[in-house]
Amino acid sequence: MRFKRTVILLFFAVLLMAGMPAADGLRPVEAFSPQVIQHGASGEDVIELQARLQYLGFYNGKIDGVFGWGTYWALRNFQYEFGLDIDGMAGSKTKQKLEKASEYDKGFVQEQIRKGKKFTHYGGTPKEQQVKQGDNQQAGNKENQGGENQQEGGGTPAEPTAVNVPGGFSQNDIRLMANAVHGEARGEPYEGKVAVAAVILNRVESPTFPNTVSGVIFEPRAFTAVADGQIWLTPNESAEQAVLDAINGWDPTGEATYYFNPNTATSDWIWSRPQIKQIGKHIFCM
Amino acid sequence: MIRWILVAVLAVAVGATGIWGYQEHQEKNAILVQAENTYQRSFHDLSYHMDLLHDQIGTTLAMNTKERLSPQLADIWRLTSEAHNDVGQLPLALLPFNKTEEFLSDIGDFSYNTAIRDLEKDPLTDGEVNNLESLYETSGEIRDELRKVQHLVLENNLRWMDVQLALATNDKQADNTIIDGFETVEKTVEGYSEGNLGISMTGTSNKKHEYQFLTGENINEKQALKKAQKLFEVENVSDIKITKSGDGAKVATYSASFHKDGRDGYMDMSVKGGHPLSLIINREVKDSGISLNEGMQKAEDYLKSLEMEDMELFQSSQYNNVGVYNFLYTQGDVRMYPDSVQVKVALDNGDILGFTSRDYYMNHQERDLPEPELTVEEAKDKVNQNVKIQENRLAVMENDSGEEVLTHEFLGVLGNDTYRIFINALNGAEEKVEKLQDAEAKFDDAV
Repeated sequence: MRFKRTVILLFFAVLLMAGMPAADGLRPVEAFSPQVIQHGASGEDVIELQARLQYLGFYNGKIDGVFGWGTYWALRNFQYEFGLDIDGMAGSKTKQKLEKASEYDKGFVQEQIRKGKKFTHYGGTPKEQQVKQGDNQQAGNKENQGGENQQEGGGTPAEPTAVNVPGGFSQNDIRLMANAVHGEARGEPYEGKVAVAAVILNRVESPTFPNTVSGVIFEPRAFTAVADGQIWLTPNESAEQAVLDAINGWDPTGEATYYFNPNTATSDWIWSRPQIKQIGKHIFCM
Repeated sequence: MIRWILVAVLAVAVGATGIWGYQEHQEKNAILVQAENTYQRSFHDLSYHMDLLHDQIGTTLAMNTKERLSPQLADIWRLTSEAHNDVGQLPLALLPFNKTEEFLSDIGDFSYNTAIRDLEKDPLTDGEVNNLESLYETSGEIRDELRKVQHLVLENNLRWMDVQLALATNDKQADNTIIDGFETVEKTVEGYSEGNLGISMTGTSNKKHEYQFLTGENINEKQALKKAQKLFEVENVSDIKITKSGDGAKVATYSASFHKDGRDGYMDMSVKGGHPLSLIINREVKDSGISLNEGMQKAEDYLKSLEMEDMELFQSSQYNNVGVYNFLYTQGDVRMYPDSVQVKVALDNGDILGFTSRDYYMNHQERDLPEPELTVEEAKDKVNQNVKIQENRLAVMENDSGEEVLTHEFLGVLGNDTYRIFINALNGAEEKVEKLQDAEAKFDDAV
């Protein structure tokens, strides 16, 4: 009996000692903001969440600041192991448990993200060994230009290194569509831009048009902006947002596959299509 | 006198030459742009096909039955041939693409051989699965490489014509390549049908149905205006423009719009019942002040205010300072994938920025659901054994032939990827295997 007690005491002593070096590091305790973090979120809190989950060995993916599926399953496993409600959301209870159980070296993580290095944040392994060297030729220059006045984690918060993209599309697909939308409809109201983007997507789905976004955009004689080279103007942000809206399901045209500007239309044929509506300068039709 | 005539004739000749030269120049430019577009198209097509190829191979890894596997492998074969074609259209002296070509023919051979085999008698061996896994990995790498090049091309407006012209100065016959290329690119698109665009579950219903389930009385323009005013949250009705849709519309709608104080709004409302089908509000969204989670509550409240009950969130994504939420109708505990609604919320103050319910109103009805013939355990046995199943529920989804079927839906993990798998709850068929998209790494602009 007594033996057992000493063992327990010893165990705690060891635990205490093990905890010491970390505790006296004079590191301020960095904690989450009060938001509930859920699937699809991005930002600083997600970086911290991923880092803490990785510290405990639940998360093996990249610390990129976007709450994707990898983070989701890691969080659920954590909730399971620590006896919490398994809902895959980081609420106050989960965050408390997480803060208690893990450490988060904010300075280290943010510095690595800013430098664009590949790194991990596992507990129990020296930090130096967790940074992949030599993989930052391009990012190195950038750091020298902009990084000097924001050393040591105190400056501007690090941005997530990934972005959410709608299923089935890459950032490049979105950019290409934004180029087309900007070239075709840059003088139009916002809904007119969404409408042009929606027409491109409706064409991709239609059996009578090519089946890829690039196929539809570059189809000969399909879009004037492509024929006269206006597609290569740099798109503004509103064009890109319009494309995202269209991909996410917004279609102000009512499933149109054609549109034309009645003032400049050169073909009579286009007038014979059944018209749906006019948005801005464009008439949309089937 | 003769001198003056000579001067005049010469002047006309010079002028005419100038005009002729200008026209030639314009024509040359037009042809340059067209040729450039052809290259751009093959290039972006290639990149897209590689994206799709990677996803399709990944999905194959999580499949189980031969009814799914054989068509899937055939589709991979088709994609490799398309991608191979795309490569063939490009002037590729300056970029390392032979790796891609070798890889494509490898994967083409593999998928062809397995696709035509009777997988019932002769299922995929462990070695072949390993082979698939390594193909999956390589295709991922090539995809990433291509995406990088694509990003550079788009960012810096690189011209394939510049590449081409450099070659042309050494080779007088290069002009033919342009025309040939133009024709062949045309041909590659013909005769093929893309499996599915793969817009994961957004606009879940691929077959377009009529709006058969719109309820209510027809409303007139005045009523529509009043509704629009409420939904737009604008003070004066006079700021709103309203028009009725033309003959081509699938369902008669009122379209309302306004532009005031830096806010733009646009809305479609069905004439029958006055249901809002699509709403967009555009304004500048400043730094995010509320979380994705709080935004979700705003979206839920909004749906309630539109009297849409029993809507369950199934997907949320943050794009900069905007949250986009996907809701599904649930009947009992069963998710109805065809009845989807999307809501867009500004994460600075929680305003609703968008709402679209076309799918919902095209498909929504109270359904007579059959009792599932298969238990969850029985259905689980139908799923590929390598997939670790994490979640399951009952769901109604649309299968490839566009019919609504009751299924057991499983969320599972294989390697680093998450899959959504639907097993028919009545006959156990593997209706759909879908690889879910994760975040994509940003590109480093400092190149």
